[in-house]
Amino acid sequence: MSQKEQEIKFISGNVAAAYAARSAKVQVISAYPITPQTTVVEKLSDFVDSGDMPAQYIKVESEHSVMAALVGASIAGTRTFSATAGQGLLYMSEMVHWAAGARLPIVMTIASRGIAPPWNIWADFTDVISQRDAGWLISFASSHQEIYDSVLMAYKICENEEVLLPMFIAYGGFVLSHTSKPVIIEPDDKLEKFLPPLPDEKGWPHIFIDPERPMMHGNLIMPSGFYYEFRMKIHDEMMKSTHIIKQVALEFEKIFGRSYGNGLIQEYKMDDADVVLINIGGLALQAEQAVDELRQEGYKVGSVKLRHFRPFPIDEIINIAKRVDVIGVVDRDTAFGSPTGGAVSSECKSALHNTGIDTIILPIITGIGGREVSVEQQKEEFKILMKLKETGELPKDMIHGTLWDGVLEVK
Amino acid sequence: MVSLKELQETTAEELFLPGNSTCAGCGLELALRWAMKALGPKTALVAPASCLNVVVGLWPKTAPNFPFINMAFAAAAAAASGISAAFKAKEYKFPGKVWGKMTSLVFAGDGGTTDIGIQGLSGAAERNSDILYVCYDNEAYMNTGIQRSSSTPHGARTTTTPFGKQRFKKNLPAIVAAHNVPYVATCCISYPIDLYEKFKKAKEIKGFRYIHILAPCPPGWGFASEDTVKMGKLAVETGFWILYEVENGEFKLSKPSKKYLDPSKRRPIQEYLGIQKRFNTLSEVGLVKWQENIKNAWKYIELELELKEKSE
Repeated sequence: MSQKEQEIKFISGNVAAAYAARSAKVQVISAYPITPQTTVVEKLSDFVDSGDMPAQYIKVESEHSVMAALVGASIAGTRTFSATAGQGLLYMSEMVHWAAGARLPIVMTIASRGIAPPWNIWADFTDVISQRDAGWLISFASSHQEIYDSVLMAYKICENEEVLLPMFIAYGGFVLSHTSKPVIIEPDDKLEKFLPPLPDEKGWPHIFIDPERPMMHGNLIMPSGFYYEFRMKIHDEMMKSTHIIKQVALEFEKIFGRSYGNGLIQEYKMDDADVVLINIGGLALQAEQAVDELRQEGYKVGSVKLRHFRPFPIDEIINIAKRVDVIGVVDRDTAFGSPTGGAVSSECKSALHNTGIDTIILPIITGIGGREVSVEQQKEEFKILMKLKETGELPKDMIHGTLWDGVLEVK
Repeated sequence: MVSLKELQETTAEELFLPGNSTCAGCGLELALRWAMKALGPKTALVAPASCLNVVVGLWPKTAPNFPFINMAFAAAAAAASGISAAFKAKEYKFPGKVWGKMTSLVFAGDGGTTDIGIQGLSGAAERNSDILYVCYDNEAYMNTGIQRSSSTPHGARTTTTPFGKQRFKKNLPAIVAAHNVPYVATCCISYPIDLYEKFKKAKEIKGFRYIHILAPCPPGWGFASEDTVKMGKLAVETGFWILYEVENGEFKLSKPSKKYLDPSKRRPIQEYLGIQKRFNTLSEVGLVKWQENIKNAWKYIELELELKEKSE
């Protein structure tokens, strides 16, 4: 039940997510199995059914019910957790929006996978990107430890009264979900110092179930009512949460000694870099190896891990653009019909609009549906950026202005 | 059975307050008022999309004087399960307070129950989630303008069955009972004492409880608003709507329906159908089908009673 000493466990990313829920003293869990998330729900079942974790675990019949159950449990004033992936996230989409609309600090990990058809169960962030306008904070984890740490940070961010919004922590299916690495599981005394206390008997300040204070939630509101303002506030407070995210990352580093940049982005060897590659998820960590190898060959390259997609780190992107000549923005997701075809690169371009900065952004889409992306391939991406900087020459075979790196030839 | 005198003394308090915006003669209002009199204020109600979302009042006005959560259409049973789980988590963290005494209640229409909500309902029933699920059945999607649901009876005209529905009403209480849950009951708003007692009983039972209430709808069915109670009575007296309980698998015919075991005591079904505009295109063949259907429904009841006798 309790974790007296720090422990290093050799576990998968999914199991790290389950350990994080245990460390965060989650009170109500609801989940439905879906590849590649299943081992999260299995581990949580072990924790709860063995009495190791004193939580209520509702094993529901569908993902729609997963989020409905957590919405109910969170409204009633408890800390809640779930995990899903791909089709499951799409199926629960109605309730995903509901959770944000009700301003509930629910935390959910996503072992991201490609969207069907055809069936695909491998790393691809299109699932979580599809929920980008739901009002959830969206973060990406690039390592096993970061999954565990991000869940802990998420509760501190989401339950902050200035935020009160839910958060996704997404990581690549199989790449992180099913591989194992050493993960530090923190002891209770340190966790207590970092985590906010569990909600008290009164529950959240804005929403509660209490016979002493009968409250109606969510009844019909006319266009002249405050619906518009409720929506405006979700955006306003999501944008302001960038400060909370930064604070929490700092505090996390102080207590646990692990740094995640400023919380929104994490830079790697950026000081004198001429070109930079921005990645989400596991590819960001792998890109650091590509940077190391290229630096040995004399290339001045740097890497940026985009930790948050919502709120979008506008200032950070502008700041990077001021320091380099060419940015490659890599999407492991698709945003069909958007300016670049990728969600992250479209938004990076949008962030630079009207800033007077003429840094070139090269949109890259790669690794779709779990397609292998090697370090060599990432090194080539850097070299394309260098060539673009030196000669202004764009790579051949661009598709609508975007480099689909690793795409097979199709007729 | 509770006496009228006792009822008068114990049920004076209204939890679903006047001033709500139900139509004149609304069956739902009677159902909710009497249910809440039995359940009391330590109740959290989850209402999926239905007339109930609207009749409670537009924001910021509200008629229920108890915790009330509006919920997405298909989400009621799971949301109530989540609330129930949270009460248990709170009872664990704050023992001996109110949380162990709370009732987690769903109040859903027939569309939210028999159609879009049936998956979540079945899931909650199979898990034996500690909730009370109530279906107030007005036999169509009334809130959106009278479209057919799987609870709409044969021959009824709705805006999506302009010539009358072909299929018969889905027997949801029987479907829920097949989940082997602790308690299933049918009610009718015209029998408030029977309804009150069933809710009192359900409140004390742990695990999944289901109550299905026939709630006539004047605009949806096409009858005068002062005839709501009469309509419910006719539904029972013609033998169409049968009041019963299934407690831990044991079937029990409720008092108001007992005498209709004898077919000669039942009023002709025409008396019920003939005064509702929704049936005014029902053919002779349709009428015969109705009669057969009622006969078959009672055969099932007889079988249940026989089984019970044998087991005793």
